[in-house]
Amino acid sequence: MAHIQLKSLSKSFGALEVIKGIDLEIKKGEFMVFVGPSGCGKSTLLRLISGLEQISSGQLLFDGEEVNNLVPSKRGIAMVFQSYALYPHMTVYENMAFGMKLAQTTKAEMDTRVRSAAELLQIDHLLERLPKQLSGGQRQRVAIGRAIVRDPRVFLFDEPLSNLDAALRVQTRLEIAKLHHDMTDVTMVYVTHDQVEAMTLADRICVLRNGEVEQVGTPAELYENPNSLFVAGFIGSPKMNFLTDRFAEDFDCTTLGIRPEHINITTAADAVWQGKVIHAEDLGSDHFLFIEIGSSEPLIVRQNGKLLGSIGDALSLRPIPEHLHRFGANDRPLG
Amino acid sequence: MPTLHPSTKGKPLRRQLNLQQQRVRAAYVFLLPMLIMLLLVAAWPLFRSISFSFTDATAETLFNGQSQWVGFDNYLERRLRSNGEVRWRGVLVDADWWNAVWNTIRFSVVSVSLEAFFGLLVALVLNMEFKGRGLVRAAILIPWAIPTVVSARMWGWMLNDQFGVINYMMMGVGLIDKPIAWTASSDTAMLAVLIVDVWKTTPFMALLILAGLQMIPRDMYEAAKLDGIHPVKVFFRVTLPMIKPALMVAVIFRALDALRIFDLIYLLTPQSDATVTMSVLSYREIQQFGDYGEGSAMSTLLFVIITLFVLLYIKLGRVNLTGATR
Repeated sequence: MAHIQLKSLSKSFGALEVIKGIDLEIKKGEFMVFVGPSGCGKSTLLRLISGLEQISSGQLLFDGEEVNNLVPSKRGIAMVFQSYALYPHMTVYENMAFGMKLAQTTKAEMDTRVRSAAELLQIDHLLERLPKQLSGGQRQRVAIGRAIVRDPRVFLFDEPLSNLDAALRVQTRLEIAKLHHDMTDVTMVYVTHDQVEAMTLADRICVLRNGEVEQVGTPAELYENPNSLFVAGFIGSPKMNFLTDRFAEDFDCTTLGIRPEHINITTAADAVWQGKVIHAEDLGSDHFLFIEIGSSEPLIVRQNGKLLGSIGDALSLRPIPEHLHRFGANDRPLG
Repeated sequence: MPTLHPSTKGKPLRRQLNLQQQRVRAAYVFLLPMLIMLLLVAAWPLFRSISFSFTDATAETLFNGQSQWVGFDNYLERRLRSNGEVRWRGVLVDADWWNAVWNTIRFSVVSVSLEAFFGLLVALVLNMEFKGRGLVRAAILIPWAIPTVVSARMWGWMLNDQFGVINYMMMGVGLIDKPIAWTASSDTAMLAVLIVDVWKTTPFMALLILAGLQMIPRDMYEAAKLDGIHPVKVFFRVTLPMIKPALMVAVIFRALDALRIFDLIYLLTPQSDATVTMSVLSYREIQQFGDYGEGSAMSTLLFVIITLFVLLYIKLGRVNLTGATR
């Protein structure tokens, strides 16, 4: 429902500047993911949007209206915390209703909203339980439910999946994606350090580094056209191979990037690189070969299907030319 | 047939403790020194005190073994006088004792309530982030760190009817028109004791509550802030329920202390019937009158009253002393 604009937004804690003048637009109903390594300022940026932190300088606009000095509760936001932040002495129902009691809602309306949110998240059978009687995944759903009942115009998520185990993380990720499809007019901002979450959930991703925006774009844009070495290395798993020195010089660049799935095994006559398999990881559906070609780090090659060769095999390799990423000395891509 | 446990073959059977048994045995070994200490310094004196309460021991007969077993006579004794009149005597019909019981309970309830209230206020302030918080946290402990003998004397002077600074200040601002003998007058003696005790032990209460406050994750407050919940409501609906376990334990510690208060009262208001407590009375019986039997009976009753009080409190407050997470 809200169109969010950040205009040269910055935040300092004492002398330490953690957010260094960020310009960003988040469209109405968009799912925007802030991603970056720990300490990049992504959580702080989220807290600036929520109003839990005071903005040092710059402007924050919701639908064209400056909200810099608007208290959090007046901004029409709801937030899901990493720790869930459920009140341990209140039942699920009370947790979800607690925030609403003041917002001039009648008891019947409140009840309807709590129950419909609980139904949506399939926690309607847990309403009378205490948080300690729930599993991690259920607690997270209660936290999301508590945010839903507030009927916010902006939904903020602060690393909501970090405390869940791998299987639950995938499942909850799916549910959050579904939520986004159901609530098309709610703008969602999601913070994570996990690029897989970013790639799977986001309409657009904002990669942050040291308090600055590194690149903003759709997952496909970031994957196919990273505009820096940092983004190229951060997005994608296993990460992009980076070759330097003579390998890069062959292609007239300082660093040559090639993703593991863009390298083919070929015949000796077609070979660009040659080397021996030093390690292999078989994931069943596909497998990764770690090949020593004389570069500083082994080259990772992704192949479909089951692992056929074995360690020590000599292989001839050829990158797919249109998927080569050439970076200059400033870590930026070369035209 | 090959044996499954070649290493234990041939060894005596009793050495084959399983892991669980070995752990239990190790636990007992580690507990033993503490159990011995507790037996020596807690169980034995308690047993002696209780057993004296059933004898007519005095200072003379205490150690020479000439004291007689008198049953419950120290507590309640029925005496038939020569004129056929029945007289009851013993601690349980002693007006002085019941006065002391009433004083002790009144003192405990009022002082612990006030300390919990002020301690909570102080703790809430100390939980805020401000410059010099560490210094203030240390400074607040000063009243608690001063020995009671010193603070009782100090307050004794401040409350003095002729030279006391408190009378001087109160007269200065016109609150009273003539000096009050705070500690000597039976109307104000209890008030004086309460003032000093609250001043002295509020910091202790505050620190225990502060520890509870610091356990509350910041997220809880932030979630409430995002929902726009009024701070007063946050305090009663979030903060208070979440520090309840810490508060209950703090109150129990203080209540135990208050119920057996001796030093402050003995020093600040000696010989005052308005403040004499069970401990002071028991001490007086033993040390001044040399009646170990009746003094021990008082001590034993004090022990019973404290035990009942604490059990009742744990039951009513559903206090969790096991340390298990709720």
